[in-house]
Amino acid sequence: MIVFRHELRQGRIGFAVWTVSIAFLLVICIFLFPEMKDEMETMGDMFSSMGSFTAAFGMDRLNFGTLIGFYSIECGNILGLGGAFFASLIGTSSLSKEEKGKTAEFLLTHPVSRIRVITEKLAAVLTQITAMNLIILVLSVLSIGIIGEDVPWKEILMMHGAYYLLQLELACICFGISSFLYRSSTGIGIGLAAMMYFINLVSNMSQQAESLKYITPFAYCEGADIISNGKLDIGLIMIGMLFACAGITTAYIRYSKKDIR
Amino acid sequence: MEAIRTYGLTKYYGKTRGIEHIDLSVQQGDFFGFIGPNGAGKSTTIRTLLGLIKANSGNAKIFGLDIAKEKEAILERIGYLPSETAFYPGMYVRDALKLSADLHRQDCREEANRLCERLQLDTGRRTDELSFGNRKKTAIVCALQHKPELLILDEPTGGLDPLMQREFFEILRERNKTGTTIFLSSHILSEIQHNCVNAAIIREGEIIASGSVAELSRTGTKRVSVRGTMDCSALSGVIDLHISQGNMDFLYSGNVQSLLRTAATGDIQDISITDPDLEEIFLHYYEKGGAEE
Repeated sequence: MIVFRHELRQGRIGFAVWTVSIAFLLVICIFLFPEMKDEMETMGDMFSSMGSFTAAFGMDRLNFGTLIGFYSIECGNILGLGGAFFASLIGTSSLSKEEKGKTAEFLLTHPVSRIRVITEKLAAVLTQITAMNLIILVLSVLSIGIIGEDVPWKEILMMHGAYYLLQLELACICFGISSFLYRSSTGIGIGLAAMMYFINLVSNMSQQAESLKYITPFAYCEGADIISNGKLDIGLIMIGMLFACAGITTAYIRYSKKDIR
Repeated sequence: MEAIRTYGLTKYYGKTRGIEHIDLSVQQGDFFGFIGPNGAGKSTTIRTLLGLIKANSGNAKIFGLDIAKEKEAILERIGYLPSETAFYPGMYVRDALKLSADLHRQDCREEANRLCERLQLDTGRRTDELSFGNRKKTAIVCALQHKPELLILDEPTGGLDPLMQREFFEILRERNKTGTTIFLSSHILSEIQHNCVNAAIIREGEIIASGSVAELSRTGTKRVSVRGTMDCSALSGVIDLHISQGNMDFLYSGNVQSLLRTAATGDIQDISITDPDLEEIFLHYYEKGGAEE
């Protein structure tokens, strides 16, 4: 597990910065809830009557005056976007950074197979995402307890679980993309995550574009759906995991045959 | 036994030629030079042997093992020094050495310390703060610390000062004496001439000559230096002609009788006819290759 340990060590600063940033914003949001609770009850009508914008964020089906309603919109967006950006970034850079930094020649001329390099790098990506989500979940639950609210365990765990799967899916797709890249990959990672986010907004706004929900992982992270259905959309998740598997398979096939520049 | 054997190794980058039908044979324990100017295909050959790029056709074996099928087993026995060395950002020299040793699954601390001392390398510095020469030294220690059976060195002395170059070649000679095969790729001909036993010359992706360095020097070409003047216009086989202040100097690959007859008709105070050094041989092969096209 030398490559795995090395990857975690190399990525520790990025991991810390993203985890602290997302957790900090999430905790701030939760601490703002008691103050905004009363206002949200009166503003709920306004939020639910903004047409497409309301539908885009699922605000027509959520009560802002409840912790879980507030959490799924505000915290969901922070965790959704922040987590998606982080996952996409580490996914796209994982393999391509070796050629960009010209370290591939160092790594791949040691007695380590490309399959092992891919496996350990993928494991490092998934470990970082898992660790980040666990830290954020623990801090969120603690913060909810500190502000004196009951923790809605089922909804919180389902939402965090969905966002975790979203990040895994994006990371795996980006990992596959990474195997094709030779240069900087930051733009591709951020761009893909942002595109998926906006595709979900569009699919929420228009019934004609509803089929787009099968493309974007943000579709199975909709707080409004999770809370109102009391369960995750397994169908969408399965489609997402198929995309993830395709990304991983692509990475193995492409990188094991790739000419290293 | 052959340390390296290639059979018609060919690599194209799209439509661009990398190497064509490379047939090389390097015996175990040899100190082998691989000569050619930039872009001739030296690095492509090395990168193909190391499995960084895949050959379009042909095959190669290292210690009898197929480079396509038994890459890891081969790389365990190789130390590679690339022409441009890069390490991970923020890494200390000692971390880079440890990572390399760990990837070889060996404890190389003792040998690494010995090499760092000889090359005067400070392991407490960050690799991204190092000069080109010190990065090269770090890469040298990475390549040597696990005591490989085959050392593949691509333009190894770039960035090293003359004293360090001398120390580096001293280390290589010591390793070679203990049985390590050394494959030295360089465009600096004096490095090859002073250190290598056998060599191959590569030109535009093809091996144009190979053999012992002594053999390669016996090309039939002579370096002719004349004090005085003579008319060389009728002589065929004159290349690299320099005339200055009553002196003439050229490489001659033609008939010796014709040279002497021409010299006899000239106004000559002194003449010397010697074997050329490897640099001149190299020029000879390149001129010859160019003339054949």
